[in-house]
This record gives sequence, C-alpha cells and structure tokens, in this order.
Amino acid sequence: MDNKNNPLLKVEHLRKCFPIKKSITGHVLQELVAVDDISFTLNPGETLGIVGESGCGKTTLGRAILKLHQPTSGKIIFEGEDITNYKSAQMREIRKKMQIIFQDPYSSLPPRSTVGDILSEPVLVHGIVPKDKVKDYVLELMDKCGLRDYYYERYPHEFSGGQRQRICIARALSVNPSLVVCDEPVSALDVSIQAQIINLLKELQQSMNLAYLFISHDLSVVKFISDKIGVMYLGSMVEFGNKKDIFSNPLHPYTQALFSAIPNPNPDVKMKRIALAGDIPSPANPPRGCRFHTRCPYAKEICKYVTPEYKEYESGHFAACHLLDEDKK
Amino acid sequence: MDKDKKLIDENSAPEIESALENTSTADTDTPLDKNIKLMSPTQMVVRRFFRSKLSIIGLIMVISLFIFSFLGPLFYTKWGEIELDESGQIEYTSETVQITTEDGKTVTVKQTVERKLKDNFLAPPSSEHILGTDNEGYDIFVRLMYGGRISLTVSFIAVFVITILGVVLGGIAGYFGGVIDNVIMRICDVLMCLPGIPILLIISTLLDAANVDAKYRIYLLMIYLTLFSWPGTARLVRGQILSLREQEYMVAAEAMGYSTGRKIFKHLVPNVMPQLIVQMSLSLGSMILYEATLSYLNLGVKPPYAAWGTMINIISTNTDILQNHFNVWGPAGICIVIAVLGFNFVGDGLRDALDPKMRR
Repeated sequence: MDNKNNPLLKVEHLRKCFPIKKSITGHVLQELVAVDDISFTLNPGETLGIVGESGCGKTTLGRAILKLHQPTSGKIIFEGEDITNYKSAQMREIRKKMQIIFQDPYSSLPPRSTVGDILSEPVLVHGIVPKDKVKDYVLELMDKCGLRDYYYERYPHEFSGGQRQRICIARALSVNPSLVVCDEPVSALDVSIQAQIINLLKELQQSMNLAYLFISHDLSVVKFISDKIGVMYLGSMVEFGNKKDIFSNPLHPYTQALFSAIPNPNPDVKMKRIALAGDIPSPANPPRGCRFHTRCPYAKEICKYVTPEYKEYESGHFAACHLLDEDKK
Repeated sequence: MDKDKKLIDENSAPEIESALENTSTADTDTPLDKNIKLMSPTQMVVRRFFRSKLSIIGLIMVISLFIFSFLGPLFYTKWGEIELDESGQIEYTSETVQITTEDGKTVTVKQTVERKLKDNFLAPPSSEHILGTDNEGYDIFVRLMYGGRISLTVSFIAVFVITILGVVLGGIAGYFGGVIDNVIMRICDVLMCLPGIPILLIISTLLDAANVDAKYRIYLLMIYLTLFSWPGTARLVRGQILSLREQEYMVAAEAMGYSTGRKIFKHLVPNVMPQLIVQMSLSLGSMILYEATLSYLNLGVKPPYAAWGTMINIISTNTDILQNHFNVWGPAGICIVIAVLGFNFVGDGLRDALDPKMRR
C-alpha cells in the first residue's frame, strides 16, 4: 500500500513434495511432487486466479504459501520478508497479514463456539483492537460481511452454507490481512449463493485493499474476479499472465482446452470445444518431458523427453510449451 | 407434548433461514428470523437430558445416594461407624438335666440359663437399629452411609485422576503424533496387558506386611487402580483428537496463528468433552463396582471400617448369615446396584443428549 511498486507476495521456484514411501530408516523412497517449481508475484490489492483440474496442486500451493505446509524448496517473500524458513512462533505475527478461506464452510468452523466467539478470538489473540472494543469491532465486521447482529450468539450449525461462508470470510478478515488465500470459496455453494459471495469478496477487496489468491476450477468465476491468472497442470504452472492476455491469447494448449470448455450463455455461438483425451496422470508418477504431452493434441517428439522452459513470451505473460519456441524459429 | 412442538419449531430454524436466504437478498432483514429464540448447545443438552425418563431416574438415584451417604450421618447420629452396640441381649437357653439322686432316684430338672451377651449382634431390624446389626454388633444402616461415603469418594477421586491423566497424555499423543504418540500408546498397551486382580493380591499382601492403616489402604489401592485405568481414557481422547486434528477448523486455527496450547485446550479438548463426560459417568459406575470387588476380596477397606463391599464380605465366612439374615448383606448390595445403575443411566442419558445428531 505504501509502496505500490513492491509486490506483496513473491513466490520463487516453490516446490512441495510429500513422501509416499519411506524405508525403515526413514529415507524417502518415493515422493509426490504436488507443487513443482512455481514462481509468480502478486501486488497489493490484486487478485490472482489459480485454475486447474482437481489434484493439480492448487490447494497445496495456497497452503504452502501460508506455510500450512512447509515448502520443500523455493522461496516465499511476503512484504519483502523471506518467510520460507520462519518457525511457527515467527509465523504467528505474519499470520494476521495473510489469511485463508476454505472450500468447505461446514467443517471449517468450530462446532462448539458461537459466531461471536469465532470472530472475536483472532481479534483478541492478535490484539487488533482494545479488549473493550472487540464486540463493536466484530459487529461492524459482521455487518460488512452481510451477517446480522443477532447472529452473534448463534452457533455454526444453525446456518446455511452461504451464511457459514460469510462467517469464514469475516473470520479471515477480522485480523485485517493484506493477503487472503481463497481456496475454492464458492465451489461448495449453490449457484445463487455463489454470486452473492463473489460480489461480497469483490466489495471487501475494494474497501479493504485486499490481495486475493483465488483458487478455483470454475473459469467463469476466475474470469470475473481475477486481475491475473495462473493455469496449473499436474503441479506446475503452465501459463501465467494478465487476465486480458490469457483470455484473448491463450498460449498453452492446456489453457486453450480449458477455455474452450467455458459454457457460453449465447446459444447462437457455436462452441469449438477441445476435448482432452484421457485422465490427468498420477502426480506420484508424472510423465517425462512436458507433463502435458500425454494429452496434448499437438504433442511432438521433443515434448516426450525435454521439459519445456517456463518463459516470458509477451510482457507479463509466461508459458511453458515447446510449440511456442518453434513458432518463433 | 406442547414442549415438544415448540422444540421442533426451534430446531427447524436453520431451514427457515436458508430458505429465506435463497429467496430474498442477503441484506433485507427478516423479522420472523429475528424473533426465533435459539438455545445454546448447553441448554439444548440439558433439555434433551431431562426429556429422557431414564436419565432423570438415574439422576435421582445418584443424588439420593449422595444425600444418604454424605448428609445422612450428620442427622442420624445414634450410632457411629465403628460403634458396637454393647447392650447385649439376654439369651435364655433352657435345658433338661437328669439328675440321679443319692437314693438312686432319677429326677428330671428343667432349667433355664440366663446369659447376658456383651454385643448385640445379628439383631433384627427394630426402632433401635433400623436395619438391624451385623455379626459384630455394628449398626447396618449407619455403616451403609459410611460405606457409601468411602465408595463414592474413592470412585470420584479415581475417575477424576484417570480423566486428567487420560486427557493430558491422550491429548499430547494425539496432537503431536509420531514418536511421542508411539511411546505413550505403547505404555498404554503394556498397562492394559497386566492382569489387575493378581497384581492387586500381591500389593494387598505387601500392604498387610507393611502394616498400613486400614483406613488408608483403599486410597493406596485406588491410586494403583488409576495408574492402571488411564489408558482407556487416553485412547479415547487420542482417537478423538486424531480425527478432530484433521478437521478444517483446526487448519483455520493454525492459519490464525494460535498457539499450540490454545489449539489443544480451546479448540480440541472442548470438542472431546462430550465423549469425556459420558466416559466419566460410565466409569464412575465401574469404579464403584471395582471398589466393591476389592473390598469383597478383602483387598480394600478392612473391618472395622465400612464399605459396601466389606459389608457383603461378611457372608463369605458365614453361610448362616447368607441364608437367614438378609438385612446384613442385602442393603449394601442394593446400594451398589443403585449406584452403578444410576451412573450408567446418567451416562447413557448424557451420551444421547450430547449427540447433536440425535434430535428426538
């Protein structure tokens, strides 16, 4: 905010592996690379949409950035601080600046606390406002998030999914964060409620100058809310750029296939869908070369053996594909 | 009936709310919604608990036993716990004796011998002794009260200590996992493998040899019992915490930057409490049973001090009492049954009341 030029969040070559098999001595025999070499920057007040299929590592990426998973390698630089190797005690201070909204509003609220308790606890722990003003602060926050004041004494089980998600949003915003990771915040909700929540998120972003890392598999939602978009496939970022660039000129064949699947409300427009053959390969045993080559309609010999480089093709528009290199030659 | 109807209305509140949310925009206020009075989970639990007749019966049983044992001796001071009734009855025995006189005549003499006994033992119920006296001359009714004191106190202390040990060790094992979990759980396994009664017999012999005061024996044995019973609670707590730990609200708590202690004691333990309370009330029953068993086996409270088990123990040496003097051992047995049943009814009632999915 004070220095607009500095990115709020900078992620460099982030990698997160989970061990699947261990020998008796504890030596890792096989691991699953959930997030592989991802780099991007996010400016204050911006929204970065992360899209990708189920199991491509979107959620892991979001949680690794919040250090809910310790990254295997790479760097996370938040507000100029390298928080990658911060211990949990050090992280506690940072936590009030970065928050998360979960996919499932049913399991992410503690069942035995009232809404008031849920919302005032983080305020008290982090000392956001003086103790005697906590209740007013929470009520104001609830009002901002579209929750009525008499919900204060109620319990999460008394609410519908949409209202619960509002509570989750209010909880995340209670500590005045500058970055909120939204981990598929609307995919568990009805379509009518989805719109309300998305609008609420947009309003709050403007009023509180929040940066969102918006994880979703719903392209229309991402298109609506994002400034930048990153497309993930099997743990790695295949394309990254401004929303406009990506939608007008998708470079990677996977992005093209994804965008061709967005339903168009106009029945007269004939859709040219690119149907991808086969399933997403197992991330425990990813294919060699370009990870997408098993399903890519344009795959060539080189794609099977050489991993394509993640390069900037237009200004601020990154992609990783061999086909793009050949065009230039 | 009327109450039930009201409750259905209250329980269906979320549906009404969600319906309203779907039809109206989120910003319009719904006065209907606002006027619906909602209960906190604790209120709901209390209400559901008292809706079950069995749990009320259980509660009455337990409370009346408490009043009987703890307040009873304050009002009924006629006899003390180890006060012998030395009034002694006069026993008349008539016998016929044949005497041969000097002249060779045989005279039959019927004589009655009057013998004054020191202790008034095995007296039938009377106004003097409400439930009669036992084979030593102690008042059974009074001893029943004092025995209840011992049984209830001991089982409460034991359950309290068991729960604290179980929560702390189970919580640590469940939350931290890994090596710590392995060590604690293996200790549990070992303790659960040890046969209780044989070891108790050995310890009891040792206590005898060390001449430990009869009054404190039971406490020492209860300490032993708690040390061997906490693994059950620890396993329960660990299991619960293992599943709760993976819930998203715990990830949210982590993301909020709460300290470990706060996460365990503010977020995990309150969610284990329902199971814990049920476990506690059920184990109160089994502890009373255990205490009675120990006393019956002569391992626990020793005469002259009273415990329900000790009072029943009288019949193990004297079958005449078993056959002809129900008033000596029956009341203690009934008290044990009432206590165990009462605690189990309360435990069952609490379990049903605390289960939020059971909304009958």
